[in-house]
Amino acid sequence: MSDVLTVRGLSVAVRDKALVSDVDLTVGAGERVGLIGESGSGKSLTALSIIGLLPEDVRADGSVRVDGVGHELVGADERRMSRVRGRDIAMVFQEPMTALNPTMRIGDQLAEAMLIHSTKSKRSALAGAVELLELVQLPAETIRAYPHQLSGGQRQRVVLALALANDPSLLICDEPTTALDVTVQALVLDLIVRGVLERASALLFITHDLAVVATVCERVLVMYGGRVVESGPVGEIFTRPRHRYTEGLLAASDLETADRRLTTIPGTVPPAGQFPSGCVFRNRCRHATDICAQTPEWTGSETRGFACHHPAGVADV
Amino acid sequence: MSETPTAIQVVDLVRDYPRPRTSLLRPAPVVHALRGVSLEVKQGERFGIVGESGCGKSTLLRIIAALDRATSGQVIVEGTDITRLPERRLRFLRENLQLVFQDPMSSLDPRMRVRDIIAEPLVVQGHPASGQRVRELLEEVGLSADAGDRYPHQFSGGQRQRISIARALAPRPRILIADEPVSALDVSVRAQVLNLISDLVDELDLTLVFVSHDLSVVKHVCDRVAVMNAGQIVETGYTADVYAAPQHPYTQRLVSAIPTLHRALAGATTSDLLAKGEPA
Repeated sequence: MSDVLTVRGLSVAVRDKALVSDVDLTVGAGERVGLIGESGSGKSLTALSIIGLLPEDVRADGSVRVDGVGHELVGADERRMSRVRGRDIAMVFQEPMTALNPTMRIGDQLAEAMLIHSTKSKRSALAGAVELLELVQLPAETIRAYPHQLSGGQRQRVVLALALANDPSLLICDEPTTALDVTVQALVLDLIVRGVLERASALLFITHDLAVVATVCERVLVMYGGRVVESGPVGEIFTRPRHRYTEGLLAASDLETADRRLTTIPGTVPPAGQFPSGCVFRNRCRHATDICAQTPEWTGSETRGFACHHPAGVADV
Repeated sequence: MSETPTAIQVVDLVRDYPRPRTSLLRPAPVVHALRGVSLEVKQGERFGIVGESGCGKSTLLRIIAALDRATSGQVIVEGTDITRLPERRLRFLRENLQLVFQDPMSSLDPRMRVRDIIAEPLVVQGHPASGQRVRELLEEVGLSADAGDRYPHQFSGGQRQRISIARALAPRPRILIADEPVSALDVSVRAQVLNLISDLVDELDLTLVFVSHDLSVVKHVCDRVAVMNAGQIVETGYTADVYAAPQHPYTQRLVSAIPTLHRALAGATTSDLLAKGEPA
């Protein structure tokens, strides 16, 4: 399987504060990879540095390569990035209202996405827009509507249609359904999965919801404090987690437990840049010892591994 | 069960909101937010209300808390019909029934110190607000005593929600209404706040009305649940039953749309979330 996205040693920092450190990540063609973590874990910054939309004073280092793009994406100038964005890489954001232009009709926005990259002629762009709306199960009349006339779920479907307009090789979704109701979420998730399957696109799916990621993705990376602390196939990570943070996260989200009290992770996620040195999770970890002051080595391969001095499940492996 | 007194009784509650007129010739259109809602919450019960945005659950809460007036119907709280009472006779309700809201940032005054925020319900009701009581409350919700000197923005989301809970508990209420209290929180913090609410309800013998869009959270917290859709209650029952064997088509759709780890690991895909028989 050829790799569509290859990220090596990605670090993001603002002034002297490290926000993301040393992230390695590959997504193959047609593969669906999840990135999970709580707020402040650096998952959105990772996505923004891939698509080159970091805020001005935030700096990325390392390497990001996308199949079909001849150059390095980290540090590429805006002119080159704007040719990549929307054609090779597309992104669906959490807030469907801010992602759409409130002064343009939906049809014009969809057509613009194709015209800007000249993937369609002026004449066929509008027909393409109707096709895209059909794809996300919106009626053809939507083409004349303005964003404010649509509900949140309908807007998010328009954003998805926009993202798929040029058949991108990589689709990034950043919490696409967090603001939606569950029944609408079910529809949008299904459309996302079907959209990438039909195009054999790679999907990088960012969420804090473990159940959603388990339903949508095949492989998952767990982020905490700007680092990838564990990665592996969904079935493995969610049944036999090795990193103590993953273990805690799973226990805390298990609402099926018969026990009235839920298992918790002590403390709260520290603000950005205030994570402890060494293992980023050590100040909240029940198993932490002195050795955790040193940064744990990555154990295992890139597709299945973890970074923990005291991994869970040692006894039964 | 018949001996347990009723804490909240809602009878055939209707709330219509007139919308602004769009034409001189036609009457103003009306939004039917609640169309005949009836429910009964026993004392000491943990009662959940589930529904998606726009189903009327917040309107229902506001009327139960006498923050809004019903168009018709009755709300009886601890034996007193509050629907037609003037504000000055609602004092008993303001002490006995307290609310925790979803967004802990917008429901806490950014210019007040935490100790003043927590003492405010006491001051408003004319009780002496002792520092002792505030320290007690901070301890109850798991915050350190020096938290009282700080401002809301100095706390994380989970801690702010603890402050909201401390404020709600200040006048020693018997009924606690929580409107989506954990929807804005991270998973690890959500578990902490749910545990806290659960412990306090047990310790202080509270009646809990818990509103959420998330049926799995309600299932964990509540004994009984009412499912709302389009201003009506479509199904009421014990949470475990409603979750395991939903009767109404809307509840069935809602339950099947919830992604769970168990189902996903058993091989469920996104198309399984869409209930069968829906226009695909």
